[in-house]
Amino acid sequence: MSTPRTAFESLRLEHIGRSFGGHQALVDLNLTIARGEFIALLGPSGCGKSTALNCLAGLLPLTTGQILIDGKRVDTLPPEKRGFGMVFQNYALFPHMSVAKNVSFGLQMQNVPKEELRARVAEAVAMVKLTDYAARLPGQLSGGQQQRVAIARAIVTAPRLVLMDEPLSNLDAKLRLDMRGEIRRIHQTLGLTTVYVTHDQEEALSMADRLVVLREGRVQQVGRPEELHSGPVNWHVADFMGYRNLLDLRAVQVRGNDVHLSGAGVELMGLAAQPVRAGDLVKVGVRPDDFKVVGPDAAGFDATVEVVEYHGRDFAIDARTAGGQVVHLLSEQALAPGSSIRVAASPSRVLVYQTDLEPAQEAAA
Amino acid sequence: MTAVAVEAGPQASSLRHRLAERGVDSTLLLIAPATVFILLLFIYPFLYGLGLSFQPKEGGIGLGSYRRFFADAYEVGTIWKTMRLALPAAFFNVIASVPIAMKLRGRFRGKRLLSTMLVIPISLGTVLTAEGLLNFAGRAGWINRFLMAIHLVDRDHPLALVNNYWGVLFSLIITGVPFAFLLISSYLSGIDPSLEKAAAIMGADWRKRFSKIILPLLAPGLATTFMLTFVLAFSVFPSATLVGDPAGSTRVISLAAYQAYAEDFDYSSASAIAILMGLIELIVLALVMGWRSTLYRGSTGGKG
Repeated sequence: MSTPRTAFESLRLEHIGRSFGGHQALVDLNLTIARGEFIALLGPSGCGKSTALNCLAGLLPLTTGQILIDGKRVDTLPPEKRGFGMVFQNYALFPHMSVAKNVSFGLQMQNVPKEELRARVAEAVAMVKLTDYAARLPGQLSGGQQQRVAIARAIVTAPRLVLMDEPLSNLDAKLRLDMRGEIRRIHQTLGLTTVYVTHDQEEALSMADRLVVLREGRVQQVGRPEELHSGPVNWHVADFMGYRNLLDLRAVQVRGNDVHLSGAGVELMGLAAQPVRAGDLVKVGVRPDDFKVVGPDAAGFDATVEVVEYHGRDFAIDARTAGGQVVHLLSEQALAPGSSIRVAASPSRVLVYQTDLEPAQEAAA
Repeated sequence: MTAVAVEAGPQASSLRHRLAERGVDSTLLLIAPATVFILLLFIYPFLYGLGLSFQPKEGGIGLGSYRRFFADAYEVGTIWKTMRLALPAAFFNVIASVPIAMKLRGRFRGKRLLSTMLVIPISLGTVLTAEGLLNFAGRAGWINRFLMAIHLVDRDHPLALVNNYWGVLFSLIITGVPFAFLLISSYLSGIDPSLEKAAAIMGADWRKRFSKIILPLLAPGLATTFMLTFVLAFSVFPSATLVGDPAGSTRVISLAAYQAYAEDFDYSSASAIAILMGLIELIVLALVMGWRSTLYRGSTGGKG
């Protein structure tokens, strides 16, 4: 089980596209996946990530492009001939079959001999810690247990590619954390190449080897979690990577990569992540934990505390500047709503982006 | 006085509470009209007929009417004649509706037109269907004229498609398929489409997907559909007269009951035959229900 039967060296998506009627759900997706990699497709709903997954699975025909495994086309094969495994958002367990039967279905389709089948099913069921539940029907299990059955069912055949379509989105917060660890552990144990679709950046960052951020069917950025986390290429990716403050400011002065920003009562020094010119309206991304409350005489800008939320370790503060701009920040002290504070951020943590997502980006590149 | 009221208060409310826990409350009154309706128009006539069947024409109380039916081979034969129509018709209606309903699940151009055409025969009624059949499939009907024109059929020996067993069977199928199709469609829509996708990815081709996933989940619905179209076909009356051979091969059991009632004025025998008809239907239904109880009948994952 630990080595996939038909492991490949590389899986290439070349200019993959899919349209529904006149609507382009996915445009020109190019990606090479190495064996054993864990890839996360990340984006808001409607960004084309599920379309991409369904195209990979063979559930949706491609409009353009091709999918190659070690140079051989697979996009012309029906789903049953691709040898993949898939975990669905709603689990899609067969309600009339026991846990063991659900898990053994894929092996039966491959005509695996009875003895081997029984051993592999037992192994997969044990891997997701459901040995005591093997004889139950899915309807008798909790949501988390059903999800584990779905995972066991997808990995038992040691498929050359495992596809996961937002598998944790129907679970509550605590279970989601547990299952995240579980999926990561299974991936590390079995080394199965995995493509994982999610709209949750934390999930993607914590599990994936590489992330693909999509927006309106187009790839925005591909990279390792730390690359995306510290250096989003545009404000849309920044938005997804936890830059909760996306301020519309004006670049007053540009010297090399240092940008002096101003607007709506906010004064900041920032770092140009995309080329900007003095006088441009720009998008400025700052994480809440990079805004600091500083002494009244230090450099920074003034704001009035509006909302204070207790977060255990620290407080999440919403403050408003005299110019009406709301900024989100974290503070170790409880601040009283209505009190005045001075806010500053280290220039290297203030990323400056062009306002336009697409045409300007092309022109700049 | 006040003391009594105080004591009665909590007791009264607790009784109401306990009744409510068993689902008994004032909204239950909403089913009163339907109950009265069923009592007056079904239970009473049924019991009246049952009583009548035990009061044979020659007087007294007993099984005389039933004995007369079973003593007459011509009468007993109607059971077999009806079965010979109702069973194949019910089987065919169910089996033919499955692929149509499967195909009509997806989206495609002309789907509405096709499903409307499939359902129209229900709204036409048996008599119009029978008339259509007589015109279309009769000795000088379009089918025979077409077959003669292309010299497939001899001009002197047209195909006998109506006024016999086949006419009635066709009529039962024409009116039964839409009904079965509608029922099966609604059962199919209750099956989560992602189950089939999951099976496909796990390596099942369409045959396996149908036999391992769809069919087991659909089977209880097929059983129900079979029972309903069987009951409809078993009580066939108008088409047996209009497009059948009511004196011979399609003298079905309801015709026997009608003749006892309207020609022999033997109300007791007519009632006895009707009761027997119900009993036979119940036996078939019990067999199907018995089979159905062995199937998985839980959630099918879909909306339905």
